[in-house]
Amino acid sequence: MATNYDWPAAGDRSVIGGITNRLDGPDKVTGRAIYAYDRALPGMLTARLVTSPHAHARITKIDTSAAEAIKGVRGVDIIKGEGAELQWVGTEILAVAADSEEIARDAVLAVKIDYEVLPHLVKDENIENAGSAVKPASDKTEGDPDTAFAQADAVHEGFYGLPSITHCCLESHGQVVDWSGDEIIVYASTQAVGRIGADLAKNLSRDESIGNVSPNQVRVITPVMGGGFGSKFAIDTWGVSCAKLSKKTGRPVKLMLDRDEELQIAGGRPSDYGKIKVGAKKDGTLVAYESETWSSGGVTSRGAPPLPYVMPPPNHKVRHLSVATNTGPARAWRAPNHPQAAVLTWGAYTDLAAKLDMDPMDLLLKNIGLTARPDVYRKELAIGADMIGWKNKWHPPGDKTAGPIKRGVGLSMHTWGGRPHDSNCEVTIHPDGTAVATLGSQDLGSGTRTVIGMVLAETMGLPVEAVTVEIGDSNYPNSGASGGSTTVGGVSSSTRRAAVDALEELKKAVAPAFGVDADRLVAKDGYISVGGGDQRLSWKAACRKLGARSVMGTGKQPDRNGGKLADSGVGGVQMADVSVDIETGVVSMNKLIAVQDCGLIINKKLAESQVLGSMIMGVCWALYEERVYDQATGQYLNADMEFYKLAGIGDIGELGVHMIMGDYDDRGVIGLGEPPAISPGAAIGNAVFNAIGVRVPTLPVTPDKVLAALEKGGMA
Amino acid sequence: MSSNKTNEGQDKTQQRKNGFSRRTFMQGVGVGTGAVGAGVLTQEQAHAAHHVVGPGPVSMSLRINGKAHKVSLEPRVTLLDALRNHLDYTGAKKVCDRATCGACTVIVDGNPVYACSMLAIEAQGRDIETIEGLASGDQLHPVQKYFIENDGQQCGFCTPGFVLASKAFLDKNSNPTMAEVEKGLCGNICRCGTYVGVRQAVLDAAGELRGGASGD
Repeated sequence: MATNYDWPAAGDRSVIGGITNRLDGPDKVTGRAIYAYDRALPGMLTARLVTSPHAHARITKIDTSAAEAIKGVRGVDIIKGEGAELQWVGTEILAVAADSEEIARDAVLAVKIDYEVLPHLVKDENIENAGSAVKPASDKTEGDPDTAFAQADAVHEGFYGLPSITHCCLESHGQVVDWSGDEIIVYASTQAVGRIGADLAKNLSRDESIGNVSPNQVRVITPVMGGGFGSKFAIDTWGVSCAKLSKKTGRPVKLMLDRDEELQIAGGRPSDYGKIKVGAKKDGTLVAYESETWSSGGVTSRGAPPLPYVMPPPNHKVRHLSVATNTGPARAWRAPNHPQAAVLTWGAYTDLAAKLDMDPMDLLLKNIGLTARPDVYRKELAIGADMIGWKNKWHPPGDKTAGPIKRGVGLSMHTWGGRPHDSNCEVTIHPDGTAVATLGSQDLGSGTRTVIGMVLAETMGLPVEAVTVEIGDSNYPNSGASGGSTTVGGVSSSTRRAAVDALEELKKAVAPAFGVDADRLVAKDGYISVGGGDQRLSWKAACRKLGARSVMGTGKQPDRNGGKLADSGVGGVQMADVSVDIETGVVSMNKLIAVQDCGLIINKKLAESQVLGSMIMGVCWALYEERVYDQATGQYLNADMEFYKLAGIGDIGELGVHMIMGDYDDRGVIGLGEPPAISPGAAIGNAVFNAIGVRVPTLPVTPDKVLAALEKGGMA
Repeated sequence: MSSNKTNEGQDKTQQRKNGFSRRTFMQGVGVGTGAVGAGVLTQEQAHAAHHVVGPGPVSMSLRINGKAHKVSLEPRVTLLDALRNHLDYTGAKKVCDRATCGACTVIVDGNPVYACSMLAIEAQGRDIETIEGLASGDQLHPVQKYFIENDGQQCGFCTPGFVLASKAFLDKNSNPTMAEVEKGLCGNICRCGTYVGVRQAVLDAAGELRGGASGD
């Protein structure tokens, strides 16, 4: 009989779907959790970077002699030598390792570098100023947009956009590298435990003075990490340099980015700006869409936003341009390209609805058939409308009540894939009753460790506290990088299969004691029993039957025999309720709600945390965040946390999350890191429009922009 | 974000009540911040400033979680770097290194302090409380317990600072409203977006610390 790996039916689940607290919670609240930044090894040196002060320059001379003469300076690694072109402020030039952080900083100041300064472009909102930096990126047409626009009853054309923002991980990028003999141990703050070892080996092997380094020599250890959001997939220049310094000095070396470097070179979500034109029939039926958008991801192109988003009118023409700017390179940011697409799409649809004297909710419902999953969205819109009180709160654009505080609501919809990544897991059951899941995955704070523990516990019929999860080490079975909402599906599938196989081995060892076939045994509520009846052994007693032997199961995602425990493709909606002070321009959050489906939910509490976190990050970029560059000097003006603004605890208002549970359990597990991160900006921007009756064209919706929009609209 | 603005708008009673503000923080920093601190130096502190030490390492003693630690540090070393790099207290995190985000929060003489912006040498003779000293063995402080219960943490990098800021806040505000919690903890930043859990954790901990009596 083929082994059945399916998730237990709803009535048979004792752990999955519950609200287990995160397993590493106690370590995190007590300070016991050791991050890469916290790692201290005997004899460890501290390294710091020297970076480019110019947005575009060529290095003409590097003089490190004064730095190297400082007592306690142990090594210098040149990353960009004389003659190298530097294309953004913060480009890594060299790293210096010293006995202490203080000495390393002294050394950085003592390095002398001469530059030939070259022309730069750092701003991209006005494409007219970008000249030859603009390149066509994509162009596609479906149907006959020109004819459709000509036949439309209403056409709206507007400008929308959002600037580049930075990840601002609280634990900056970096690592400790301990290169000893042939072994290189990297304690890294990474989203890719199973990948950056090979990345490092490849990069080191390019250096002739080092020679060939095998990925097998590199071990990556990451028990916890302080935030990534898509920015920590690579070993990065500083990781390679850190390793070289460790080899050169024969000592472990720590190199963590400073805060300004973190914001300049280690984080960047591309901007997106564009002219959007939409046309509809009188009843709101969308007929045509045309967009000319542009974006910058630094000096290289970064792909186009998926326009028209979620609800494509039958006739559309979508053109995207790429603008090369001398700014820190783009990195993946939760749901790459989707948040931008949501802002560009739902802003225009909301404004079109206004032109038709329609509630945008009605316009979306009217066109719900244009989406890939009409039933899901229709249901989610209804739930969301109830949660925020849409019927009572929505009014035609411009709150007509007296006084300076204007209130409004706005909405947005989104989609994401989130297919499970490749994952391998080993589950071992020991004679003392210990059950361990081992896999080379990582927990970004999303709860991966806890989810693995819950799947293992569910399978063994044990409480979560009774099982052990070992992750965060590249010596464990390889599991995918954590990005694109692929982790939960990947690790839960491989863990489930490994756990079922390990349990079968245990059952085989226990079956003779009952005198029955192994397949009649059931693991539930801490017992191994015959068919769930009175003939039973406690888990520990059952495991003792293994004698001196441990049993193991291995699980893979995908499994070569097929079988599906995880899926991809979800929908979600979000709605915002804001107040705008038209005298000061300050926007404050009253409420933000999310309705989200994601298949089978393993941990309701952690799933809700993922959604809440996405929404709060969304409040940050809707209202505050922007990498501010100065074209005159090429400088990044706010590469710190004083002026690169994030929301504080008092800025978020009330938040509500509704997870669709039960309806889609049969689809299996689907990732949740990206979907809810897409809609907040569009929903909040639309709520501001509803409140004040004029469109603030770009995010973040800062007070100056609100006042400017009011003045332009003749409302001030 | 607007948190700092809100804070400046508070009256003095509110500042004392919350036990934390940028101004009291700067006063605490005193000699460490040169020009900034000069205006608020007490006479006693001004006298002390005449005693010149460094720039080489200076022997000093720091009382951390009730235990004295002898260290030899350059006077420029911050309390945060002393804790993290020269002693084995890595619970306080280095994030902004500029008194903005609160990840380095420790409690000094009962007040929450950004350890990145206080010199170690200034912390001599004071009671320094770090996250490592908050739980009694396996017995978590109620703030810690409710951070876990309400999932007021994700990556966890802001968590030790947030927990200590919350503890110091509750020491002076035993029965806060949600609005007071938001105002009192506006000096700590989380990037993962855990504020909903944090708010509830502080309210729940307040309830337990008051003996389970509900004040709402």
